[in-house]
Amino acid sequence: MNRTTGSRLTRRLGALAVVTMAIALAFGLVFSPPEVAQRDAVRLMYLHLPTIAVAYLGFFITMVGSIVYLRNGSVFWDLVAGAAAEIGVVFSVFLIVSGALWGKPTWGVYWQWDPRLTSTTVMFLMYLGYLALRRLDLPPDVRSRRAAILGIVSFGNVIIVRYSVQWWRGLHQGQTLGVDTQLDGLMLFSLFLSLVAFLLVAAWLLIHRFRVAWLEHQLTRIGFERALAERRGDLGGGRVGEEAR
Amino acid sequence: MHWEFVIAGYAIVFVLLIAYAAAIVQRGRRLSEQVPENKRRYLD
Repeated sequence: MNRTTGSRLTRRLGALAVVTMAIALAFGLVFSPPEVAQRDAVRLMYLHLPTIAVAYLGFFITMVGSIVYLRNGSVFWDLVAGAAAEIGVVFSVFLIVSGALWGKPTWGVYWQWDPRLTSTTVMFLMYLGYLALRRLDLPPDVRSRRAAILGIVSFGNVIIVRYSVQWWRGLHQGQTLGVDTQLDGLMLFSLFLSLVAFLLVAAWLLIHRFRVAWLEHQLTRIGFERALAERRGDLGGGRVGEEAR
Repeated sequence: MHWEFVIAGYAIVFVLLIAYAAAIVQRGRRLSEQVPENKRRYLD
């Protein structure tokens, strides 16, 4: 009996995510060394960078789901796109908070309207708009189609955020990870471990959030079928229980 | 040095993350009760 959105898969994935996160926290907060200039503030890097990666990944999945939905009208991909966008927005809050708290000891300010921070704010607001659009009282296919178009268009801003530090000069430092990365071995290991931990958490969240979206979709369909049956005067007939997929 | 920022950053993110995860699970439980068992999962 599935009375929750949990399953054997998600329970194992959740356990793996918790264990990996605990190890990542130990490395990030205890075992990895302080940096010469930033001292212990560098430990926020193990929080800030993975949250950026998860937010980007969430928005990328939204774009892919939106494209597939527009091509074949797949409800599955529409719901995946919506679930991934919500996770992207939640992790955008994390990246903004962790970035501001990292900015104060390193730059001297929590916030400045530099290109990276401004484009990140625009990205956050665009995907908030995407989530608001998905809640509008419109026919489901119209709403999903409009959301899919916005999900594709909004990804253009993710690319702007990603390359803003290269295209414009600002307070924000350039890429932390690249071909010429010069991080201490233990710091690099801690960063990748934290990245893996946050990706596992995001995968767990995405599965559960998709299942919630699927339940909402089923409830809407059941309500629609009931209303249709009532109109036809045959409430209690077999159509209510018909497969909704 | 700067530990107050580190602790605040980790605490805020993890409190929000746990709250979000708990909210999803609760919402899933509430919705599951309203949906017939054979329709609860996409892949069943």
